[in-house]
Amino acid sequence: MFRGPALQHKNTFRDLAKCAATILATVLLGGLLGATLLRFAPGYGVDEAELDTRLSNGSIQAMRQANGPDENLLTFYAHYLGRMLHGDLGISRTLQRPVAQLVAERLPETLKSLGLGLLLGWLLGLGMAIAVTLSRTRVVDTFAGLLSGILLCVPAAVLALLFVLARAPARLVIGVIIFPKVFRYARNLLARSAALPHVLMARAKGVGESRVLLWHILPTAGPQLLALFGVSVSMALAAAIPVEVLCDLPGIGQLAWKAALGRDLYLLINLTMIVTLVTLIANSASDFVGHAFRTSAA
Amino acid sequence: MKKHCSRLLIAVLFVLGSAFAQTGGELRFCLRSEPKTFNPLLVEEDSSDTVRYLTAGVLVRLNRQTQQLEPELATAWKTSKDGATITFTLRQNVRFSDGTPFSAQDVAYTFQQLMDPNLHSPLTDQFRPSGGNVQTKILSSGKIAITFPAPIAGLDKLIDLIAIMSGKSPKKEMAVLGPYYVAENKAGAYLVLQRNPNYWKHDSSGRQLPYIDSVRLDIQQNRDLELLRLLRGEIHFVNSIDAEYFDKVMADKPSMAHDAGPSLDSEHMWFNQVAGSPLPDYKKAWFRSTNFRRAVSESINREDLARVAFRGHARPAVGMVSPANQFWFNAKLHPHPFDQASALKRLAQDGFHLQGGVLRDKSGNVVEFSIMTNSGNKYRERMATMIQQDLLGIGVKVNVVTLDFPSLIERITRTFNYEACLLGLVNTDLDPASLMNVWVSSSENHQWNPSQKTPETAWEAEIDRLMKAQASALDDRKRKEYYDRVQEIAWEQEPFIYLVTKNMLSAVSPSVRNATPVVLRPQVYWNIDRLTLHPEVASSK
Amino acid sequence: MKHARTIAIAFLAIVGVACLLPGIFSASDYAHQFRDIPNAAASHEHWLGTDDLGRDRFSRVLYGTRVSLLLAPTAALIASLLAATIGGAAGFLGGWMERLVMAGTDLFLSLPWLFLLITVRALLPLNVAPLTSVIITFALLGCLGWAAAARVVCADASSLRNSDFILLAHASGSGGWRLLWRHLLPNLMPVLYAQFWISIPVFILTEANLGILGLGVSEPMPSWGSLLRELESYSTISSNPWQFVPLLLFILVVSCFHMVVVDRELPA
Repeated sequence: MFRGPALQHKNTFRDLAKCAATILATVLLGGLLGATLLRFAPGYGVDEAELDTRLSNGSIQAMRQANGPDENLLTFYAHYLGRMLHGDLGISRTLQRPVAQLVAERLPETLKSLGLGLLLGWLLGLGMAIAVTLSRTRVVDTFAGLLSGILLCVPAAVLALLFVLARAPARLVIGVIIFPKVFRYARNLLARSAALPHVLMARAKGVGESRVLLWHILPTAGPQLLALFGVSVSMALAAAIPVEVLCDLPGIGQLAWKAALGRDLYLLINLTMIVTLVTLIANSASDFVGHAFRTSAA
Repeated sequence: MKKHCSRLLIAVLFVLGSAFAQTGGELRFCLRSEPKTFNPLLVEEDSSDTVRYLTAGVLVRLNRQTQQLEPELATAWKTSKDGATITFTLRQNVRFSDGTPFSAQDVAYTFQQLMDPNLHSPLTDQFRPSGGNVQTKILSSGKIAITFPAPIAGLDKLIDLIAIMSGKSPKKEMAVLGPYYVAENKAGAYLVLQRNPNYWKHDSSGRQLPYIDSVRLDIQQNRDLELLRLLRGEIHFVNSIDAEYFDKVMADKPSMAHDAGPSLDSEHMWFNQVAGSPLPDYKKAWFRSTNFRRAVSESINREDLARVAFRGHARPAVGMVSPANQFWFNAKLHPHPFDQASALKRLAQDGFHLQGGVLRDKSGNVVEFSIMTNSGNKYRERMATMIQQDLLGIGVKVNVVTLDFPSLIERITRTFNYEACLLGLVNTDLDPASLMNVWVSSSENHQWNPSQKTPETAWEAEIDRLMKAQASALDDRKRKEYYDRVQEIAWEQEPFIYLVTKNMLSAVSPSVRNATPVVLRPQVYWNIDRLTLHPEVASSK
Repeated sequence: MKHARTIAIAFLAIVGVACLLPGIFSASDYAHQFRDIPNAAASHEHWLGTDDLGRDRFSRVLYGTRVSLLLAPTAALIASLLAATIGGAAGFLGGWMERLVMAGTDLFLSLPWLFLLITVRALLPLNVAPLTSVIITFALLGCLGWAAAARVVCADASSLRNSDFILLAHASGSGGWRLLWRHLLPNLMPVLYAQFWISIPVFILTEANLGILGLGVSEPMPSWGSLLRELESYSTISSNPWQFVPLLLFILVVSCFHMVVVDRELPA
């Protein structure tokens, strides 16, 4: 059925609105689930400072009362959402500072690391996958496989240390962590696309390799590669935590680690929501573009 | 003529060079975490304590090298016979870093803040062991008497910890009397402290201290990176360095490595003796048996722990007091010997017996227990693994469990769902009063069996009596008698099985002059106002 | 390439035999501490030297290989199966079901599962056997490691849903699970293989890092991950190059597996 431009735009807006609503609901649910996981994990409400032998019993009791839960989780979460609407994201127990301030200071650092890491990871990963697909030789494939295998096997801590020893920017470690995963998926997706009949036909008809790649192989694997991109944002976020902790980069990954070790509820809820939001936006965007891809190809 | 001029030039350059070596520059070292507070009365952790030490003006200062008290903002002081009142004669014409004049009112204000019942910190608790209010009496413009609700043992040495705050300055706790003030704070990254232009101290030639213009504190949690930066010359020292890193420094740049000898800290393990813990009764019986604890202690090879786990930079521990604490250490005591034959004899007294190489109790239960320690501390993980191996020698199976710190704390303070725990104690103070809350049985930090309503054993009752006696005695010799006896009881009963005393290791760049690392904290920069930087200062970041 | 595959198979066979029969290849027990020679260099008695507690590194590598080689692929298989089922079904069904499942997957990817792992450790007895602890750890990793792959599988299945061969199979009377199992799943294999091969080394390394929560192998049992943690300190790696041998072995084994099965990853 033919849909005029106005109707197509209306559908697009409706889809975007649905998507935004889903993202919002999921983010809120993510915050609640993150809080639940933390709240019921062992070690919640304890403070390392309690072991200070100079503290009196009274001070220790006061500390425990201040750190312990004073309302049930759902009530707490509802109050927290109410305060969030006024811009109050709570106070971090471990760092004794407003969470909003901490996030504002550290988010740009992580975004920088993510951006660089994703750029490097995809350049190398997709680049090598394309090289393997176009070369169509086992040697190149084996070499690329070995390189990605080596990087998958080296612990993040060792990679970070090597980068520091080489005085290379520590942020690039994220790219080196993502690259082998991107390569493995991309290589298999492109290899499958390259074996499809229409590609074989194109080659048989003498179409150049770059044209075959751009017009026949990549479009077929497009939606999956876009989905992979969305997933790689989550991978990069997950990699940011150990890299920032190991390299002392003051980003939200390091903050998340401190929040986890310190059982810092306010910090953790906010960070979980940020991570959920970023993940959802990345994946929804890639889904959206992938869907548009498929529709236009159809 | 030319020769004369060149000689003159060299001489001028030399003098200028020396002058430059004496003043100026930026000292750089690392903090392991971001300071949580700049309020000196609320300091709980190392990083905040570092900032406090560098910025605080105190009435008296404990010289970390000689361990003697020296006048600072107070030129003289006198403690009353009952130990509850201390009278200070204050230095005149002193100003805070923002220009606000210092007076007796500021001292009164600080002590009033210190004794605020709503303030809970390790510092404040040391001054009010039994609660109550402090009374401050300004006797004249330069004299003030402070009366505490009860006598406080070692009161004068505790004054070293109190940074005098301004009662009038709009900058509140940021206006300081110490050698530096906080000039810049980039959260999560670094702090820069600048010299206090109003610092009252001068050297013998009349030059205002400190010599170094500024101090940069980088937030660096990763010790590998800290070591790398030290070896590259990006920072000037590491205040407290681990044994492995120390060996690395010794290998690469031996002039940087400093070993100040045994520290005040201890590494120890203990068994869970809480009656209400969720352990099976037969295990509770083991852990409450002195023979069992002594046998375990005698089965641990402390020499190996010091040599292997700490690479030789530790020694077998005697007890809770380190030999570095020269006055309070009971020199009659020695580390428990490694003697598994004797251990088995002790166990036999309680009905334990070996069966097919496996130790069983009198009811036939296999002796097996877990030792938990905090993950991420490789020295403790190594010690636990070595103890596991040692105890196999007497047929005991040990399971090593490493947990994240909050989970571990929950087990030892709330649920008591653990069998044995291996941790350490950081001693910042020489005086036994700082360990009151460890040894008194009603205390929350009486770790093997906290918060007892009444002492559950005769020896714990005796320790309670002795600790209270030493806290109220004013004569140090009498106090030492009591405390020596506490150490003897602890040695006999082994509620804590003391393992090793680590050495105090640090690494200092040769570009830092006048640095003489010591055992007491802060080990390297205790004399911060006298440190200087050589002109061949480390390369900047 | 045929020679390379043969060498890879031979190498894997040697490693397999060596780790299944470590007593033949190594004279020392993996737990015994030769305390007079900690951090020793490679020698006739200790082919890969000793670790920081004086334990023979070669024995520990052999025993550690056994633990990791058996459990990590099993966990990777669990993760791949979950990804295939969840992602495949969502992509195949499409519509609101696909959107719901993918939103759930995104949520799954974002949650701090660290606390679940901490809670699991708290529920286990302190005296849990090291082998039980490591099995539980890998099982958990398998159950938690599917989400990223599920997304890609879902996108793949979504693309394949309207392809000619699926329409033909549907027209021929295939439906439901049969369609999914016989026609869709084989075409999802490239993504699932990628997931499987990535997961093995990732899980081995993650198991070591879970030691900080009390999960994973406990002393004195070694695993590849715990052996690789020796490399995480600047002070040790710069002076003990033989500590890299477990890492080299790890890379070789993973690469040999890759070489042996690489043909199966490429579509016919």
